[in-house]
Amino acid sequence: MTRTLWDSTVGKKTIMAVSGLIMLGYLVAHMVGNLKIFFGPGEFDGYAHWLRTMGEPILHYEWALWIVRVGLVAAVVLHGISAYQLSRRDIRARPAKYVHKRPRASYATRTMRWGGIILVLFIIWHILDLTTGTVHTSFEAGHPYQNVIDTFSTWYGNVIYIVAVLAMGLHVQHGFWSAAQTLGVGNATRDRVLKTLANVLAAVLTLGFISVPVAVMTGVVS
Amino acid sequence: MKLTLRVWRQQNAETPGAMATYEVDGISQDMSFLEMLDTLNEELILAGDEPVAFDHDCREGICGACSLVINGDAHGPERTTTCQLHMRSFADGDTIDIEPWRASAFPVVKDLVVDRSSFDRIIQSGGYISAPTGTAPDAHATPVPKPDAELAFENAECIGCGACVAACPNGSAMLFTAAKVNHLNVLPQGAPERETRVLDMVAQMDEEGFGGCTLTGECATACPKGIPLPSIAAMNKEWLRATRKVRR
Repeated sequence: MTRTLWDSTVGKKTIMAVSGLIMLGYLVAHMVGNLKIFFGPGEFDGYAHWLRTMGEPILHYEWALWIVRVGLVAAVVLHGISAYQLSRRDIRARPAKYVHKRPRASYATRTMRWGGIILVLFIIWHILDLTTGTVHTSFEAGHPYQNVIDTFSTWYGNVIYIVAVLAMGLHVQHGFWSAAQTLGVGNATRDRVLKTLANVLAAVLTLGFISVPVAVMTGVVS
Repeated sequence: MKLTLRVWRQQNAETPGAMATYEVDGISQDMSFLEMLDTLNEELILAGDEPVAFDHDCREGICGACSLVINGDAHGPERTTTCQLHMRSFADGDTIDIEPWRASAFPVVKDLVVDRSSFDRIIQSGGYISAPTGTAPDAHATPVPKPDAELAFENAECIGCGACVAACPNGSAMLFTAAKVNHLNVLPQGAPERETRVLDMVAQMDEEGFGGCTLTGECATACPKGIPLPSIAAMNKEWLRATRKVRR
């Protein structure tokens, strides 16, 4: 069955759908966690610390966090490899372009591939900036509240973040609905519900994530 | 009507093609698009030039032979087949671009004619049912629930023209394959091959070099028979079910 999944375009799309939904679930949790910044450094830093102690005492310190991280990396890798292989196939299947051009499909649909690349680059920067602190000049481990304010006090930190969040919103808008079709959940009667759900998810995630840099820029959070 | 036509001319599969420009005059609004091309071809033949090759057969919108991309749209601006498109959809003085279906699984044979035998091979891989030969059974011998019958009819409307592939930015044949799979899989007559049908037809579709589905919806917009986009989701559901249930 694994072979059938991996060798088929429908199977690879299934892998993309499932891995995408796993990442989407993580995004919702991540966004909710981010919003704790509005309740002050105590709550935000406390939450960051709890992420490391969650699962205790059955799990050791940071084990649960590492399990989540491994799962997410697996999802990103499977999603990316499938997308790359399917995209290569799609481009080969349509070698000659039409002379008479017109825009095909919605903006969100057309930007899935570039959007995905932007998101991968962003995730790498985001981890180096706020998890490891490699590219963060005044990074202090264990003080995420201050680190977040540092990042969003620079113009480039805001630009990179907001562009990536907008790309994420578009990706989720088409991706969620697409995943439903790929997993066979979609049908004519459910279509409007699924499209609405995709739009709501995309909008809530985009606004939720963008609220943090906007709050820092406007001085609501400092 | 006086029109400027820009038509894809290509001698055969080996030689590269290019757009050629022609002027046609005296076109009636009541002509079908193919009759307009017939007029062009009569003029070309009289002038000693080679006529434009294009596929056509029934000219009634039911056979699926005609296959032109007109101004970037498969079957042109109306939601119908090229043969049922009439010149009243255009204005006097228009420039019209006419191109063949574009997909690596549909190689150009000549001018606007493409080889769609990849569709035939998808049908051969599973688009059939096993029925005992002999006297035809009574039509009402096997009861079919009405919603299933309607779903089967909706999908059975597919005439296999390939507009879905031509419209898809990925050259994907998912809508065609989905229509054929769903048509038989929802009926009791199709039940014995329910799992192998969807697995084999999807495998053959991939084998032919069609692209994957990115749910752009271009196929369902172009389909002259209105095969709905949810047909693809229904086939995906069948495929996932079959990977769990199939006994080879």
